[in-house]
Order: sequence, then C-alpha cells, then structure tokens
Amino acid sequence: MDITAKTAVEMHDLLVAKEVSAVELTKAFIERIRAVEEKVSAYVSVSEDLALKQAGQVDARIARGETPGSLEGIPMGLKDNICTKGMRTTCSSKMLENFVPPFEATVTERLRKAGTICLGKLNMDEFAMGSSTENSHFRFTRNPWDLACVPGGSSGGPAAAVAADEAAYSLGSDTGGSIRQPAAFCGVVGLKPTYGAVSRYGLIAYASSLDQIGPVSKDVRDNALVMNCIAGYDAKDSTSVNYGKPDYTQFLVDDIQGLRIGIPREYLGDGTDPRVAEVIRKAVGILQDLGAQVDECSLPHTEYAIPAYYLIATAECSSNLARYDGVGFGYRGGGAEDIVDMVSKTRAEGFGPEVKRRIMLGTYALSSGYYDAYYLKAQKVRTLIKGDFDRAFAEYDVLLSPVAPTPAFKFGEKSSDPLAMYLSDVCTVPVNLAGIPAITLPAGFAGVLPVGLHLMGKAFDEGTLYRVAYTFEQNTEFHKAKPDLGVEVRADGLAR
Amino acid sequence: MAVEGKRGGERVKISRSDVEHVALLARLELTEPEIEMFTEQLNSILEYAAVLEQLNTDGVSPTAHVLPLHNVLREDVVRPSLEQEKALMNAPDAENGFFRVPRIV
Repeated sequence: MDITAKTAVEMHDLLVAKEVSAVELTKAFIERIRAVEEKVSAYVSVSEDLALKQAGQVDARIARGETPGSLEGIPMGLKDNICTKGMRTTCSSKMLENFVPPFEATVTERLRKAGTICLGKLNMDEFAMGSSTENSHFRFTRNPWDLACVPGGSSGGPAAAVAADEAAYSLGSDTGGSIRQPAAFCGVVGLKPTYGAVSRYGLIAYASSLDQIGPVSKDVRDNALVMNCIAGYDAKDSTSVNYGKPDYTQFLVDDIQGLRIGIPREYLGDGTDPRVAEVIRKAVGILQDLGAQVDECSLPHTEYAIPAYYLIATAECSSNLARYDGVGFGYRGGGAEDIVDMVSKTRAEGFGPEVKRRIMLGTYALSSGYYDAYYLKAQKVRTLIKGDFDRAFAEYDVLLSPVAPTPAFKFGEKSSDPLAMYLSDVCTVPVNLAGIPAITLPAGFAGVLPVGLHLMGKAFDEGTLYRVAYTFEQNTEFHKAKPDLGVEVRADGLAR
Repeated sequence: MAVEGKRGGERVKISRSDVEHVALLARLELTEPEIEMFTEQLNSILEYAAVLEQLNTDGVSPTAHVLPLHNVLREDVVRPSLEQEKALMNAPDAENGFFRVPRIV
C-alpha cells in the first residue's frame, strides 16, 4: 500500500517508530501529486520547497530525540481562501490571482506551530461561491471516483485531494455546505464546526455570519485530531467563542447505546435520488443495530431555508466583496478615466459570473425599498429555522440525513441553471443558518460514486457527532474504499 | 418570464433598468449579454424566494447572528501595525508610500 494512502494517525506511528522520515513522507506526497494531479487537478499551487523545508525541520527535531506531536511531520493541504503569509492565496479568482497575504490565518499559524507540512493551496469555487468547483477561475477539479463528475464544492480541491491521497488531510470552509457536500461526493470525512468554534481570522470572507473553517480527513479519528489543533478561542476573531475546547479524541468511543437519533422527514423529499435514500436507510439500520433509538421528526421550516440562505449569504457577500476595488490589493482593470470607472472595470474583469450574480442579488436585497421584503424577512425566517433545531434537539441527541439529494453530478449538468445548483444545497444550508455543527462520513455507494451520511448536532457538541461517526465507522468498511486512479505503486510504496 | 417579488402588495418584476441601477450601486460594469442574463436569472431566483411571503413572521425577531454576542472590547493600547512596505506590497500601483489611483475630483 502506498504510504500516502494511510491515515494521519498511521503516518504518525511510522514517524515515531522511525520507519519513515518526514522528508520521505513529504517526498512520497509530492510524487503522488505528480502522478495523479493531471487527472484530479486538486491544487492551485504546490509548495514543494516549503514542504521539504518544514519536513527537514521536523526530522531535525526527531533526530534530537524529540517525539513528534500527533500532526507533526504530516503533509496537508489548505483551501485557497485561507491566508498563508508569504504564500499566494487566490480564492480561485482572477481578482486575487497574485495576492500574497502579509499575515497568517490563525488556523494555519496553529498548524505551523504543531509542525505540520503544508503541501500547497487547493482549488475551490471562486470566493467559495458554488457547489461544484466549476466556478474556479483556474481549472476544473475532477472527482477521483469518476473523472467525468464534479468533486462538489466549494471545497472541491480539499475533498478531492484527500480522496486521491494527495494530502493526509485538508482544511476547507463551509458557508452553506461547502465542506460537507464535496467530502460526501469524494467519499471522505468532513466537519463543519459550530459557528465560533474555529477562528475565522485570515479566512477570506464570503458571508461572515455563516462561514466556518473545518477539517476534511480520511477517517473520524484524524478529523478529531485536526480539530484539536485548529479549534478554540482566538482574540483576533470577535465572533470566536471561549467554549472550553475539549480533547476531541475522548469522544472516539465505539458505543451509541441508547443514543436518540431524529430523521427530519423534510430532508428526504421527492427530490432524493433513490440510491441515496437506500444508502441512508441501510445506515439507519446499522445505527439501530448498534443500539441507537431512531425516530422520524420534523423541521417544519426547511422549505424556506434555501431562499433565506441565498438572500442572507448574498447580502453579506455584496458587503464583504465591496473591498475589491483595485486600490489596495488584487487585480486592477485597465483603461479607466476616473476612480468610479476604475472600480467598475476592476470588478467587471476580476470577478467571474457566479460572484457577480451573488453580488447583484445581495445588492438588490439590501437596496432601498427591498430591505424589509428580502433581507429582514430572511433574517426572521432564520429565527424560525433555528427554533426548529432547538425543538428537535430537546428530543434528540443528533439528527441524521443525506448530505445532498444526489451523488456527484457530471460537469455542466447544473452549471447553466444557477437555481438548480442552489436547490442541491437543501440538506446543508439550514445547519449554517442555525450555526450548529455537522459531519459527513462515507456510508455507501451509488454505482461507483460515494454517498455520505450527514449528522447534525447541538451547538458546541461536536463530541457527540464524533462519537456517532466513530461508532458507525468502526462497524463499517466504507471509509476504507479507495478510488482507482490507475497509478502503479512501486515496491517502496512510492507512486510510479 | 412571469413576475414575482412583492413590494407593498404589488407584484414587481425586475426590469432591465433595475439591473442597471443595481450594477451601478455594486460598481459592476456589465456587458449587454450580462444585463440580459442577470435580468432573467434574478427574476427567476426572486420568484423562487417569493415562497418566503407565504410565511407569517409577525412578531418574530430577526437573527443577524446565531451567537449571543456582545461588543468585544479591549484596552486601548498601542500595538504594532502592518509596516507601510508590507501594506503596499500587493498594491496594483503605488508611489512614494501611497496607493496611486486615477483622478478623483
């Protein structure tokens, strides 16, 4: 087995046992990236020199007799909307094609301090707006399970890279499902933490009241270890919460006896692909056999979540993206006669169609005469949606649903119809509106394509999500399946 | 495309000139085809969003934020800020320590 196919925990054990060095491990990933990137295209940029330098430093510490920390020396990738000091951060946009942040995001600072290896920056929908990564200015990322299909989005690069063993784990961001939907489409584990659990400092803003950074990993244990590193209060983010971060690995117990699981009936509507519904039905059976009590429940305002989400998210986006004016940083449009002309040309040339569409919608929803009808109305609906969850969590420990109504779709299948693309977010956006945590993990297949199981929890109760997910994983084999990218593996474990 | 989006009880449809007005507010120079495309797509999206009108939200307070957050204050002490050189590092055009832009007045 290629060493890059192992989990972070397994790689850590090999580093501790000195069976592999951090430099060897990093080189194996660089080889793997070279071997499969032509097919998958998960990366916007690969930071080979930095990765090898960081790996050399880890090996020097190990040589001095230090025992590496749990993520030390393990190579990972970052969604390209997370600012890395001195390393280009593009948001997969022409607007930021040459932007080099002068500061470091809190999450990456914590990962650097933990001695992790940064392999590079991962592709995404431009400014995290999209559900397929087709909105990247640079390239399409392909689903490792079927190269004719999208990897999901907006964190398509982070999910595809982990699925294709091009990174041990990655960080994505989730505003309306952007970690969970691609993780499900690519057959990996993705967590959207509670709003406020992970610092957003250095995350390029899309919709500030909804955005949250989270880990994408090969299994639940790795996911919990990454959360241990990145979560927790940060004075640099005023919406960060000092909630008393636990050691998330303490929740990795194979026991859900008596746990109460609710299945919101609105999340399994007529639009659900029967193959997805079948995977969910079987997953429920497995959880029941393991001792969980499962009942159907109702989140009655679910049908209003998508319109409320797209009004709130686009309103926040139109405000956040006002900063791209061609003055202080980023792209500047040419041939302008005055300042207004320059700003308008900069934005016309620097943004892609989906970003423009959302800025237009958000500007309209906030404009004079429409504010009450759209933005304020959507915020009231948000209160009702949050109330649905509060009532459900009085009766249930977690809620269960599909991540998306269908498995990964083909390139071009939905990109011509923005509304159809928005509607595919039905199971994920309510979670962001309510601010609660949710996890997706592999639960089966529709043909060759993975299908994810979506578990939603109470605010700051990631622990229970990890416990259920870990128990499911310990009693199933779905997370061990690997896509076949047709790459030979040499006897030394390196990709040929 | 049929209508939707309600304003004061009247059905309104986003017109081409609405799109041009919003584009001006958003400082987005749109091409002819873009104006046509956004007029059609914004109508279609807002038609869908009109489902919210069916919901009675009288007496419901809006949620701007999920957390019970208050103002976050700190001591007013001087801390290091970004050096001028670094602040200008990404500027499309800079001169003598300033951002340079076309004439404003």
